[in-house]
Amino acid sequence: MIPVAFDYIRASSADEALAALGEHGDEAKLMAGGHSLLPMMKLRLAYPSVIVDIGRLSDLSYVNDGGDHLAIGALTRHRDVEINEMVQEHAPLLAMATAHVGDPQVRHRGTIGGSLAHADAAGDHPSALLALGGSVVATSASGDERVIDGTDLFTGFLESSLEPTEMITEIRIPKHTGQGWNFQKFNRRAQDWAIVGVSAQRSNGSAKVALVNMHPTPIRATAVEEALAGGASAAEAADQAAVGMEPSGDLNASVEYRSHLARVLTRRALEAAGIS
Amino acid sequence: MEISVEINGTSHTSDVEPRTLLVHFIRDAAGLTGTNIGCDTSSCGACTVHFNGEAVKSCTMLAVQADGQSVTTIEGLANGDQMHPMQQAFMNCHALQCGYCTPGMVMASVSLLDEIPDPTEDQVREGLEGNLCRCTGYHNIVKAVLSAAGGGQ
Ligand SMILES: Cc1cc2nc3c(=O)[nH]c(=O)nc-3n(C[C@H](O)[C@H](O)[C@H](O)COP(=O)(O)OP(=O)(O)OC[C@H]3O[C@@H](n4cnc5c(N)ncnc54)[C@H](O)[C@@H]3O)c2cc1C
Ligand code: FES
Ligand code: FES
Repeated sequence: MIPVAFDYIRASSADEALAALGEHGDEAKLMAGGHSLLPMMKLRLAYPSVIVDIGRLSDLSYVNDGGDHLAIGALTRHRDVEINEMVQEHAPLLAMATAHVGDPQVRHRGTIGGSLAHADAAGDHPSALLALGGSVVATSASGDERVIDGTDLFTGFLESSLEPTEMITEIRIPKHTGQGWNFQKFNRRAQDWAIVGVSAQRSNGSAKVALVNMHPTPIRATAVEEALAGGASAAEAADQAAVGMEPSGDLNASVEYRSHLARVLTRRALEAAGIS
Repeated sequence: MEISVEINGTSHTSDVEPRTLLVHFIRDAAGLTGTNIGCDTSSCGACTVHFNGEAVKSCTMLAVQADGQSVTTIEGLANGDQMHPMQQAFMNCHALQCGYCTPGMVMASVSLLDEIPDPTEDQVREGLEGNLCRCTGYHNIVKAVLSAAGGGQ
């Protein structure tokens, strides 16, 4: 399968990439690892006429200590997030979710910024971002920067609140050192996307829970969080996991089965995060 | 667009359309047909090569992304007539039947041991989750990788 023909621009800096986006607007697409975009282009579900390759912006591949948070460059590959010691210590949920993404070959190419910008409800990273209360830094062609909270990032099916002329440059994850956390992913074959997944993060008495593939967008399980805040047990709270969700049914799972999985996996995740 | 990709230590220069996949560049422009195409949808791993030393699926990369970079294919593993220890281990353990998955499987296995030199059986199975084999049932492949990790014992 071959993508529709396109013009190729290799950016050597974020400024250059943003200038190209500014010039070509909606016609252009950034390519980071290309591991969501290229498969879609090969299936001709996406056919941008200009590709702006940001894969070589190595200055945007880093994990830095930002004091109360970790600052992760948008071009940091899954593999580099997964094995990073600071991520393992201060945001182990992110390391665990990342280790569940695809297979080693995919993790050698895909980037955290690409995963979040792709805004796929079936993606593992968005749920970790939501449960960790993280945010992204979006930089625009005019050089303006704004911080978008994870809860405001995912707006629709494969849609984010990023403007076509904006790019994610950094991801910020509040430190959750020494707290309970867990990631659950249910799939039928190794390497597959989650049929349903759950990110759970406990921090000083409260908990955030986010679900994979249970709604058109990545989503927080607010009914579960509220039940926990109201004193419910992990099992009672997990019963609320499918409340307000609109999962789709497909070959792998009906709506009922997905809802059942969400409840079971949420209970497991909460218990593993040390919530009883 | 003219690109040069170093494949197995030799520079290959060719004028390609930006939409050319890396696997097609390797097979058609460089004429190295050891790298197979299986699923063409990044699932099976038959097209696995090393890109700057790490396993990647060459059906899910553009050739232009590899411009100026280094690629190793199955043809680049052996040292003259001497097989790479992983190739030898696959042979010793009878880790292939039809052989279609084998180039990708071997490249993924070498990359796996670069990252985890002394893996457990579970780590080998997980590390090869991106590579499918329709023939062997995997057991002998896992044995081969463990044996290569243990110095071929
Ligand atoms: C076989 C296979 C299995 C996979 N399995 C999983 C899985 O189990 N779980 C999972 O979560 N993911 C999975 N993925 C997807 C993988 O995680 C991708 O790497 C990721 O979704 C996209 O990252 P990327 O860097 O490749 O982005 P790209 O494909 O390059 O880009 C994706 C989208 O984001 C935009 N974009 C990229 N970077 C930026 C940026 N910095 N700012 C703004 N926009 C940007 C692009 O324009 C494009 O629209 C799988 C992929 C494959 C091929
Ligand atoms: S041909 Fe590339 S993964 Fe199957
Ligand atoms: S040996 Fe036939 S596919 Fe693996």
